[in-house]
Amino acid sequence: MAELVDLVNRVISWARPGEQLEAFASWDRELDARVYDGAIEYLTQAESSGLGVRVVQGGRQGFAYAGTLEESVLREVLQEARDNLSFATPDEFVGLCKPDGVLPVPLELWSDEVTSMATQEKVDLALGLEKAIKSGDPRISKVESSNYADVAWEAALSSTAGITVTSRGTGAYLSAYAIAEDGQDLRTGGGYSVGRSPGVLSVDEAARDTVVRATQLLGAQKPPSGKVVAVLDPRVSASVLSIIAGTLSGDAVEKGRSLFVGRLGEVVADTRVNLIEDPTNPLAYLASSFDGEGLACRKVNLIENGVLMGYLYDSYSARRAGKDSTASASRAGFASTPGVGFRAISLTPGNKSQDEIVSSIDRGLLVTSISGVHSGVNPISGDFSVGAEGIMIENGQLTRAVKEATIASSIQKMLLSIVDLGRDVEWLPGPSAGVAMAISDMSMSGA
Amino acid sequence: MIDQELVGDTIAYARGRGADFVELFAEDKFGLGVGFDDGKVEELSSGRDRGVGVRVINGDTIGYGYTSDFSRDSLFKAAEAASAIARSAIATKAVPVDFAGHLEGPDPRETTHPVAGIPKADKVALATQADQVARQEGSEIVQVSVGYADSHRSILVANSDGLWATDSQVRTRFMVSCVALGDTGMQTGFEVAAKTTGFDLFEDVDVAELARRAAQRAIAKLSARPAPVGVMPVVIKGGSGGILFHEACGHGLEADHIVKGSSVYANRLGDQVASKLVTLVDDGTVGREWGTMGIDDEGHPSRRNVLIEDGVLVDYMWDSVRANKQGRSSSGNGRRQSYKHLPMVRMTNTYILGGNDRAEDIIADTDHGVYVAKLGGGQVNTATGDFVFGMVEAYLIENGQISAPLRDANLIGNGPEVLGYIDRVADDFSTTPGTCGKDGQQVPVGCGQPTLRVTRVTVGGTSGG
Repeated sequence: MAELVDLVNRVISWARPGEQLEAFASWDRELDARVYDGAIEYLTQAESSGLGVRVVQGGRQGFAYAGTLEESVLREVLQEARDNLSFATPDEFVGLCKPDGVLPVPLELWSDEVTSMATQEKVDLALGLEKAIKSGDPRISKVESSNYADVAWEAALSSTAGITVTSRGTGAYLSAYAIAEDGQDLRTGGGYSVGRSPGVLSVDEAARDTVVRATQLLGAQKPPSGKVVAVLDPRVSASVLSIIAGTLSGDAVEKGRSLFVGRLGEVVADTRVNLIEDPTNPLAYLASSFDGEGLACRKVNLIENGVLMGYLYDSYSARRAGKDSTASASRAGFASTPGVGFRAISLTPGNKSQDEIVSSIDRGLLVTSISGVHSGVNPISGDFSVGAEGIMIENGQLTRAVKEATIASSIQKMLLSIVDLGRDVEWLPGPSAGVAMAISDMSMSGA
Repeated sequence: MIDQELVGDTIAYARGRGADFVELFAEDKFGLGVGFDDGKVEELSSGRDRGVGVRVINGDTIGYGYTSDFSRDSLFKAAEAASAIARSAIATKAVPVDFAGHLEGPDPRETTHPVAGIPKADKVALATQADQVARQEGSEIVQVSVGYADSHRSILVANSDGLWATDSQVRTRFMVSCVALGDTGMQTGFEVAAKTTGFDLFEDVDVAELARRAAQRAIAKLSARPAPVGVMPVVIKGGSGGILFHEACGHGLEADHIVKGSSVYANRLGDQVASKLVTLVDDGTVGREWGTMGIDDEGHPSRRNVLIEDGVLVDYMWDSVRANKQGRSSSGNGRRQSYKHLPMVRMTNTYILGGNDRAEDIIADTDHGVYVAKLGGGQVNTATGDFVFGMVEAYLIENGQISAPLRDANLIGNGPEVLGYIDRVADDFSTTPGTCGKDGQQVPVGCGQPTLRVTRVTVGGTSGG
């Protein structure tokens, strides 16, 4: 870590008069193993690192990167960033992020176990998972893949605007994808268990998840078309929350690319909707003390009792909007500049279990997976149409399994049509937490 | 890029651990991007990513290590990491390799304007021009974003069989995205041009025309009505509709899914899997198309492979790992996103070949249905064959005429079923570039097809039903 800090500090020390510099360097070590039929299919182990440099001068910015921290390239990267700057259009809101005095919430995101546990033990977790799935249900015909992966990373950010932060973390991921057959039908399902260290992973939980998801839709049919109440299970609701959070990006709002432009203070959702972003929650998969520009992460209220309270800002979009940054800058890696993002979106839970929600619905669809989110959801027009699989709900009972259907509505209408929220919050491997969610008046297209 | 003796020593070292096969993949990639948004050149971003990956294969097990450092120490360390799966824990003795078979990537795509030689200002000027043209299309256009990106990727593949193969892949991409505002809210229009070539992309592509099309699409959609619900005939215009086949059958014909039995097309060679009108090829050699390359990322020359001929399944797509298992040769479909990734079976340019019909006759003969002028993207489950694809420009067909524009929606179907429902294929073949994601790796691919009709597809709208 000290090496990364030294390196970014050295780069920003080369700033010329009148020039602002920001340097970001990261290192990571990954292990990725897949097993098949009781043996290793592949095992990848490697370390990598990189540097990204942003230069700001006269309302213009330039950026350059290199996938190495070799001493000889550091000045080249800076020079390239300077050259790139000269082509940008001056913009009074462009600038580096300044410290805002908010103290970081300390989070322990690192576990030594990721680096200390023997590779064989990690591979054994994937082998154990494959075995547990095969013996979990006689209808499981194949485990297409069983995987163990982990990562340890460190990053340092320093700027001439007075920011110097470091962060590090680890993550471990156990997952599988299986095929179930019952003689007539074939269905697939994937399951996982995630954590910050291999020791907290549960082979049984990942196996159960995989087996249930692969087998529960055997015999599925195309449903008749019609209006339904869609009950999104937590995994599906987390994807939908991520779409909604994307429309609340201050950058999208400032550039007129959100259906929520100019709607602060308006009712945009059912009154039971309380949507927050809080990366300081240690349960969040992407929890973080700092954002991509080095500000302390903080809790942001986005929707309160159905009323739109705010947007997510990085320093640029905040300056444009005349607001403060919500510390929502995120970086995809060393090779790109930070932009508005989110790490830990969640809804305040309701008070029913998913089963209780299902039993209160006359005609609905319990949606267990969706597909085509990138092709069928337009966050600007608000149109929402995705492939869906799940189980029909008839008179409060789960009845027939359903495949090859779509569910459609619009993002705005869906928010206003939330009729129930589950009480169990599931922190999933992504930027949003899942909570069972019932949405009325969705169009289901099938046979 | 890297000294041959050092490559030989690294491979010899890993072979000394008892490996059946060792491969070294080196990559050096320069990239530049221009981001134009909100009426401004927001940012130029450029960089270089280079590194070496060492792959070790023993029986059915693969070990992989990589490094961004080209020093002997780092290469040996990567070879050591890759050898973790090897039979013997320590190196016994180095097994030397003789690079007898040199293979230069055949370069049919000679580029007259390598991207590195073009001033950045010229690239910026194109983006500025596209923004201006798009905004002039109508006062409804309230936002425009333009992206220019180029890359120059040099690769070397050397292996313990003595292969030494190199290729140089230059790619250029230009995209325009518009937002139109009207009484019904906002709508979007997107256009992209991308080829495996340098700045001469713009000899074939008029950025003003691209910008106009994106803006017109966004404006036209302001009067769009909700897409219908239910099963109906769909006529898909030539070009971006190729995505349908990329999803409906392309992924299912990748041999990694086949050898594991996780594809609906496994054990179906020789079967009629599609309408007789369907001939599907995957061809990495076509002109300067987006999925074209001299060699694949395992060092095999790219090829033209016929997969489905007149509806009969004739072959799958192969990388060397899967091909070796079946005692056959690779079809040149082993690709990887970068030196940090293992190669796997991927498509290149995947085309449905043209038929004899005329597009206007197909529309005129369709009483009621949907005409899809542009598809956005899709997703497939290869084991069940169920797939979705999104329409981003579509119209109702009423009494054989294209009528009202429709809002975006997904369509859903089952690959083998949809291939059987194709009853008309036109003669107006055209292609479109795309980015294909599989197992977390992104690679550039081409899609292509002529206008055709599928008699039964489920349209996932909100109107009726």
